[in-house]
This record gives sequence, C-alpha cells and structure tokens, in this order.
Amino acid sequence: MNLNGRISVAIIGPGNIGTDLMYKVLRSKNLKLDLVAGVIEASEGLALARKEGVLTTSKGIGPILENPEIKIVFDTTGAKPHIMHAPMLEAAGKIAIDLTPAAVGPYVVPAVNMEDHLNSPNINLITCGGQATIPIVYAINEVAGVEYAEIVATISSKSAGPATRQNIDEFTKTTAAGLVKIGGAQRGKAIIILNPADPPILMRNTIYTLVRESDADRIRKAVNNMVARIQEYVPGYRLKVPPLVEGNKVTTMIEVKGAGDYLPEYSGNLDIITAAAVGVAEKLAANILKQSGGEVVA
Amino acid sequence: MLPKRIQIIDMTLRDGSHSFDHQYTPGQMAAISKGLDEAGVDYIEIGHGDGLGASSLQYGLSAAKDAEYLQSVSAVVERAKICVLLIPGIGIKEDLEMAKGYGVRAAKIACLVTEVDIGQQHIELAKSLGLEAIGFMMMSHLLEPDKVAVQAKLFADYGADIVYVVDSAGALLPVDVKARITRVIETVNIPVGFHAHNNLGCAVGNALAAVEAGATYIDVALCGLGAGAGNAQSEAVVASLMKMGYITGVDLYKISDVAQDIARPLLRRPQEIDRAALMLGYSGVYSSFLLHTYRAAEKFGVDARDILVELGRRKTVGGQEDMIVDVAFELSQRRASK
Repeated sequence: MNLNGRISVAIIGPGNIGTDLMYKVLRSKNLKLDLVAGVIEASEGLALARKEGVLTTSKGIGPILENPEIKIVFDTTGAKPHIMHAPMLEAAGKIAIDLTPAAVGPYVVPAVNMEDHLNSPNINLITCGGQATIPIVYAINEVAGVEYAEIVATISSKSAGPATRQNIDEFTKTTAAGLVKIGGAQRGKAIIILNPADPPILMRNTIYTLVRESDADRIRKAVNNMVARIQEYVPGYRLKVPPLVEGNKVTTMIEVKGAGDYLPEYSGNLDIITAAAVGVAEKLAANILKQSGGEVVA
Repeated sequence: MLPKRIQIIDMTLRDGSHSFDHQYTPGQMAAISKGLDEAGVDYIEIGHGDGLGASSLQYGLSAAKDAEYLQSVSAVVERAKICVLLIPGIGIKEDLEMAKGYGVRAAKIACLVTEVDIGQQHIELAKSLGLEAIGFMMMSHLLEPDKVAVQAKLFADYGADIVYVVDSAGALLPVDVKARITRVIETVNIPVGFHAHNNLGCAVGNALAAVEAGATYIDVALCGLGAGAGNAQSEAVVASLMKMGYITGVDLYKISDVAQDIARPLLRRPQEIDRAALMLGYSGVYSSFLLHTYRAAEKFGVDARDILVELGRRKTVGGQEDMIVDVAFELSQRRASK
C-alpha cells in the first residue's frame, strides 16, 4: 500500500461521475488507482479504465473487499447500493468516500471540516450544491454570525442525470441540512433549478445569508480567502458577484467551470463533487502515511 | 351539442400574490376566498406566488406562513376546491403533506416545460395523498407544439389528472396557444388547461383561444392580478365564456363584486402593461421577474428593459430570480468601466 508513498484506492460505479473521478485520481500524487469495479463488463466506464491501464472488474464490490491493499474506496453507485456497501467496506477495514446521498457517514466539505473526520470509516460529500455553497456560508458565519442561509443552485439540464431528477427533494433537503450542520447557519434552505439553455450554462450558485454583524470588509475578506482554498482542489471555482451587503443581508454568487476531465466544462456541478472526493482522499492518504510512518508526498 | 362546462381556477390568492410582493394577510385571503367561493368558482388557488415553500430571500418572504394562509382559507371555503402549487426544487414532499392536512384537494406540480421528469416524484405523492394532481408546464412558449405534447404525455403517464399549458412569460399569441392546446389534446387522454399572462395584452383572448381549441380548465385572477402584467381577468373571462355559450358555474355579478369591492381596494399599484411588463412578453421572460427587476434597476442604476432583454438573451427560466441581480450588477460594472 505504501509503495513510493502512495495509497491504493478503488472506484465502484464506473458511470459519468466514476469515470470523471478516475481521471482525477490518475493525476493524484499520493493515490494509486488499483481497481475500478462495475457490474456490466461491456460498459464504457470499464473500457476507459482499461485503456488507462487500470485493472477492472464487473463483479461489483467483491474483488474490492478481497484486496487488502486497497485502503480507500470511492462509491458513486447510488444511495441504496451504498447503504449495502458501507458496512461491508467498514468490516474490511476500508475507508468509504460516499458520493451518493446515502449520508451514512458524516458530511464533509474538504475546505471546511476535513480535519475533524480523518479517522472516520465513512465520509459523505453531501451534494454538488452543498460542496459549492456551504464553504461560503461557513466563511461568512466565522466573521458575521449567520442566522439564516439560503442557496440557489442552477445547473444545466444536460448535466442533471436521472438520479438527480428523480430525487430532487433529497437534493434540497440534504443541502439545507449541510448549510446548518457544516455551514453553521441557524436555519437553512436550498433551491435547485435546471436551465435548459443550449449551449449549456455553467453551474452557478447564489448564497444569501442573514447575518448578525454586517462588517462588509471582514465578510469580503473571509469569502475571498475561502474561494482561494476551494480553488486549490476545484480550479474552475470562481466568485461571480462578490458579497453585496445590504443591511443584514449578504448576497454572494459563484460559478463553477468543470475541469473537462470526462464530463464537459458545463458540468461544474459534477466536477466539484469529484474534485472534493479526490481532495478528501488525498488528505486521508496523507494521514494514513503519517500514521504508518511513511513519507508524505503531497 | 350541449354547452360545454369550463372549470375555473381562480388564482388571485396565488399568482395574484406577486402583485402584492406576497404580503397578503391571512385575513385578506379569507375575505377574498369567501367571496370567490360564494361566486361559484371551482377551485381557489392560494399561497406564495411561487408556491409552497417559496417564501425566501430569492422570491420574497411572504407575510404569513403557508400553513397560516391554508388555515384561514380552509376555515371559510365551503364549496370550492382549495388548490396549491408546488415547484419541485423549491417546495418539498413535507409541504404537500402539510397542505393536505388543511383540506387542500388539488395540487399543481409546476415544472419547466423542458423538465417535466423532475415532477414525477411529486405527481405520485399528490396522488397517494388523494389529491387531484395537475401537471403544470411552465414557459410553454419555449417548445414547439409537438414537443410540448411529448412533455404533456409524461405528466399523464405519471398519473396526473389534468395537464396545463402555461404561458409564464405571456409570450404566446392566440394562434400559438391554439396550436399547443390542439397538439396536447391529440396526445393525452386527460383534461387540458391553460394559464395566461397579459404581457402582450393577450391574456383573456388567449384563454378563449385555448377553450375554443378544447381546453376545459382555465386559470384566472380577479382584476387581472398576477405576475408581470397579470393573468387573465376572472370577471372578463367568465363574461366572455357566457357570451360564447359555455357554462362556468360562476355568478357574473357576484364575481365582479368580489373583484371591485374586496380585491381592487387592496391594489398597491395599477395592474397594467407598462414598458417593462411589455418587454417580458416580447423577450419571453418569466413574468415573476418584473418587480424584482424594478428593484434591481433602481439599486444598480440601470434600465429595467436592458436587464430584461439580457435575461431573455441568456435564456433564463422560471425561478432564476437571482440572475436579475447578477445581470444588473454586470451591466452596472460594464457601464462603470466605459
């Protein structure tokens, strides 16, 4: 596992998200992709993995559980399969990074609370809208005290897959819970909108907060610092409208351009969650190496 | 042939909420709904202009909670069906369950005409709660008639009882309405409704064109209240349908009294087609954007029409009220850099 300071990982679920994730993992300095697992031998995702020289299986989670080298497993399958996978992975001593709305493990936003969960067996990445907006709410809360946070995530119709479409309530509820639990707002609300324009729009998010102390300079500085931290793992993350402070209301808008690894640039919403997943895995890997006395390559 | 019965859904207390920045008091809602009930409308639709759960910084906070409005209206309505609207992505399952608890009998599930599949979950929920489920295809001007019909079929397949062609931007002309309604009726086996906005001055005419094409459910609002230049005026639609030989079950004197004596005195601004409202219809922009646009135009010192034209160019859709500030900010920055 520790070869040249890299940690072995696997991906289960070689769909759009799993494949985008694969390209990001292949670029990582301290992750080594040992296996991509699916259930359909002829799937495009498995073919692309083989093309990159990655070992694949169409036997689902089994081969991952049997390989003791694999320490971290990304699950992009779906909420129901992940609820089944989670205890199996934990029993096999593997850390699960959950990109589904299953919410088995604690919510994690890499720029905010990663350090709190370095030893958790399961980490949940909330939603794409949550990854894009919660850090801004957190930053504003640190300097201004957020009583209420409301976010509006607008994504292109083309980038919303069937799982998002059939479970839109889960998106709004999970994101709203994240605004409170991780963002620190006392109350939270999330709205999602699909826009059918062609060519597709980039993912954009508006973050409204009602604050206790509206010191515009401190708020702008805190938001700028947070944007820089997110850009470390999501290069296409950008402040569109800097915090507008009117009385106790602060309006901030951000835009996310995808890296275009597998999903097109307009799919910033999917890119931000795959980027967050790799960000989390790299921190976990560094922690494992540190605990085992290995050399950290970051 | 026997005269055809047309069902009237009065939305003075839902779409009309836009005209009042969602500041109706529960008492005002009760007074108007009592009048509408006595006048004989089939459905009384109430709530925030953007539906259940929409009281927000994005769409405007309403003066009372959804539950408070429902409670005050359900206490006085004896005959009409109380109806709510839910936009998936804004309102959630729990909102619909709460509404059911107050005796609501019908729910419009409102999706953008291109994204009907996100409403499957909520149509099924409405049915499982024993509600009449109405599939509501917003911004129907965005698609050609054949494609509108394909989306209408989805709603029908999910179990909707009624499906609506909705001209959210008030951008359709009578001929366009007729084409869409005709194709939808040819495609589905459930009743078809129409919802108009008056940005081009066509609301009542479009409602009548829809009926002539076979629509049997029509959305109206007293005094023509509603987002943008407003909806089809209840009193005028009822009178016109009577002249055409249709049956509505509405008493013309009574409904014009409710309009004149109860609703009209509450008006905060004239309900008319001003230059910005006209631009909504002309550019195909969501009617609810109007008052938000006036506020942004003032705040950033730009022309409301420039904002609306730019929003049309960027193909914004219903719900994207935050884009108004985004565009106004950009226009003001662009001007400052010149």
